[in-house]
Amino acid sequence: MANTLDSLPTGVPASISGFSTLAPDVLQRLLELGFDEGVRVEKLHAAPFGGDPLAVKVGSTTVALRRALASAILIA
Amino acid sequence: MNSETRIRAAPDAPVALPPMIAPMIAPMIAVVGYPNAGKTSLFNALTGTRQKVGNYPGVTVERKAGRYTLPSGGSVELVDLPGCYSLTPRSPDEAVTRDTLLGRQDGERTPTALLIVADATNLPSHLRFALELKRLGIPAVMALNRVDMAARDGLLLDVPALSAALGIPVIETVAVRRRGLEALAKALEQVVANPHTAAAATDPSADPRALSREARALAKSATLAEGESRKTSRTLDRIALHPVVGPLLLAGILFFMFQAVFTWAEAPMGWIESGIAWLQSLADASLPEGFLKSLAIDGILAGVGSVIVFLPQILILFAFILLLEGSGYMVRAAFLVDKLMARVGLNGGAFIPLLSSFACAIPGIMATRTIADPKDRLTTILIAPLMTCSARLPVYAVIIAAFIPATRIWGPIRLQGLVLFCLYACGILGAMAAAWVLRRTVTKGPAPTFLMEMPAWQWPSLRDTGVGLWLRASAFLKRAGSIILGVTIALWVLASYPKPPEGATAPAIDYSIAGQIGTALEPIFRPIGFNREISIALIPGMAAREVAVSALGTVYSLQATPDDPGGLVDRLRSSWSLPTALAFLAWFVFAPQCLSTLAVARRETNSWRWPAFMFSYLFAMAYVFAGLTYWTARALLSGG
Repeated sequence: MANTLDSLPTGVPASISGFSTLAPDVLQRLLELGFDEGVRVEKLHAAPFGGDPLAVKVGSTTVALRRALASAILIA
Repeated sequence: MNSETRIRAAPDAPVALPPMIAPMIAPMIAVVGYPNAGKTSLFNALTGTRQKVGNYPGVTVERKAGRYTLPSGGSVELVDLPGCYSLTPRSPDEAVTRDTLLGRQDGERTPTALLIVADATNLPSHLRFALELKRLGIPAVMALNRVDMAARDGLLLDVPALSAALGIPVIETVAVRRRGLEALAKALEQVVANPHTAAAATDPSADPRALSREARALAKSATLAEGESRKTSRTLDRIALHPVVGPLLLAGILFFMFQAVFTWAEAPMGWIESGIAWLQSLADASLPEGFLKSLAIDGILAGVGSVIVFLPQILILFAFILLLEGSGYMVRAAFLVDKLMARVGLNGGAFIPLLSSFACAIPGIMATRTIADPKDRLTTILIAPLMTCSARLPVYAVIIAAFIPATRIWGPIRLQGLVLFCLYACGILGAMAAAWVLRRTVTKGPAPTFLMEMPAWQWPSLRDTGVGLWLRASAFLKRAGSIILGVTIALWVLASYPKPPEGATAPAIDYSIAGQIGTALEPIFRPIGFNREISIALIPGMAAREVAVSALGTVYSLQATPDDPGGLVDRLRSSWSLPTALAFLAWFVFAPQCLSTLAVARRETNSWRWPAFMFSYLFAMAYVFAGLTYWTARALLSGG
């Protein structure tokens, strides 16, 4: 079952299993920030006023991203 | 962990540079790394205030360089390159970094060596960039920064293994505490003295995925013990990013900041004012009557003095911004406001340029270079001047001091501070409204995204804040000494000549060129409650906004008669009505920005089209809102 990062409950660690179709430059920026297959992710916070963007722990760092982009990151 | 002795390859090798040629062709060392690696802290720690801030030709990217003396006495030039994530640039900043490293940057030498700054607490990502840099074949030293934070989290790294795997010296540093600088100096000396030790350049293009994997494997092999990553940071984030507490905290910080700007600056401003009054009395006593005396007292001292007096307020505002940036709060603030920004078609990334615009629109507009989406960036540039820049503070301060009573409302909150807060709020609301309209009309485009690394929280370094303040203060004083001085003198000439005819009854300024220009403009501005003196002051206010105050100072000082020696505040109080004063404040909330802002917007957008558009829409907004304010205030005051 393909779950996406935006649907991950807060505080539950998961592992990135892949990316859905993304523009090459967006994918590269994600890689540069530490997102990649096999990397552990955990949702830490959702912003006020509607729960968007998200703050996500990726490996050893924290990255802020919008839900729309998080939905392109597949987790297992 | 101490790796100093293990890394030094040949401790006995004499590495002094030939003293005759060293000053002529000092080797250049480029400082490179991720935006949050602590690059600038390390650069500040190494160079102190011996920094030169300039520009790369043709672009508005800042070039920060400083001289650094090696232990042997030889000197090198350190260049703090703009932070970036890879050699694939996404913004003009990142392009400068890539082109410098590839030896293609206009006006820059190819670096002799690299100082790669990596954050020990986020090794996998930072190593990825280090591996990419290594492929360039330029000799390099890595500063493994923030090792204290890594140790606090329980993270244990095998530095010699990391150094061996990378094939370059790795020195542990804590830039903000000046730790590891000696070892770093020795390693840099080695690299500069033996520039041929680097491996030959290979194909610089690398598969981004393969690089990521190599970096992760390398980080894993160099990690002796995994710590609980950023324990303290995560606790602080639970408060700062809390859905209810977070926004309240942000509002509180911003409110406190603006109150502090007014109350803390009171005393030093008083000192500056008395200093200028003392200089004026000195000039009065020592200079002979005539042209020179009037120029010195009414022109230069009155004009430049009324701007310099706001230095304390500007420094306090910048100190807050630097501390918020240095602590890591700024990115959290961007996170909190992203949703609000998204509603008007912007993203949280615009928060930092916009907050910088509160100090000055110029660094703010330049900071938009980090926004990847061109439409998003253009919108942010167009609304940046609506953020109340510190140059407008002088204008607000004078008018508020003259017309708003210092009544205490509740606790430490006074009516004057509250009015100031409202003026800032009006600017922000105006900017949001403008962005909303722009994104639906002239800058229509795909929805922007928001993607940002959140650095760990840290105590802001006093030195970094100090260096930052020093650079800002000297830039402001240089401006006061050049543009503002020039405009002040020009205005004094315009306001003093031609002299009134014999037996003239009206004030002398009525006969001058400035008076005539003011008279010509007055019909345009009369419907919004502006008198002739304001019309005169608006013109030089275009050169730099704060000049509007010095212009009023000059105009009213020249108009004064010997039996009316009061200061500008008293003069304004006696010659302006309250609706006029409020309309003037409203004008300056939206006022067409200064010439330097238009010039920067031209450089950043590469055409006169957008600055022209910016000027027109801001003029229209300012005119309409000043008019609305004037007529509303008049109706209310006459009704009550």
